[in-house]
Amino acid sequence: MFWTKKSPREPRPPLKQWLPAVAVGWLVPGGGHFLLRRYWRGSLLAAAITGMYLFGLMTRGALFTPQVADLFTTIIHCGGFFGNVASGLLYLLTVWFGYDQPDMPGMVHDYGTKFLVTAGLLNVLAMVDAYEIVVGKKS
Amino acid sequence: MPKVTLTHFEAALLFALFSSVVLAIVTKRTDRERLKYGLYCFAGFLGFLFGLGWLMYAGHG
Repeated sequence: MFWTKKSPREPRPPLKQWLPAVAVGWLVPGGGHFLLRRYWRGSLLAAAITGMYLFGLMTRGALFTPQVADLFTTIIHCGGFFGNVASGLLYLLTVWFGYDQPDMPGMVHDYGTKFLVTAGLLNVLAMVDAYEIVVGKKS
Repeated sequence: MPKVTLTHFEAALLFALFSSVVLAIVTKRTDRERLKYGLYCFAGFLGFLFGLGWLMYAGHG
C-alpha cells in the first residue's frame, strides 16, 4: 500500500505554558526569547526586526488597512494588515502617534511598505521559535 | 522620524541583512550553524540581487 498509517498526534502543550512567551514575543520583537533567557538571540532578533521596521518608517512606507474587494485586493490588503499588526508594539505605537502615510508612487516608499510588512512576518518567525523553545522542540 | 532616501542597492542590502539574521536564528540549532546559514542566506540574497539586476539590464536592451 502506498499510504502509511498516521502516527498518533502529539498532545498539545497547555496554553499557560507557551502563551506568555508568544504574547510577549508578539508585543516586543525578541521579547519571547528574553523571557526564556535567550538574551543573545533575543537581542539579535530585536535589532533585526526593529531595524527593518524603523527603516520602513524612515523611508515613509505605507501601512495597510484591511479592505475587502476583489480577491487580489483582499489578499494584498488583509495580508499586508496582518503583516503590519504582527510587529506588535512597534505597529501600535506607530498608529497611536498618528503616522498616516498615504501609499505613494516611488521606489523608496515601496521599499518602505515592504519593510514594514516583512518586519511583522519576521516577528511571526521569532514567535514560532519562542513557542518551539517553550515546548522543548528546540533548546 | 527622519526621512531616509535609499538606493535600490542599499534597500535590498538592508533587507538581505535583516532577513538573514532572523532566518539564521530561527532555523538552526547551534551558533556555528546559525553563522554559516546567515552568511549563506545573505550571499544568496546578494547573488539573486545581482543576477536579477543583470537579467533585467540584459532584457531591457
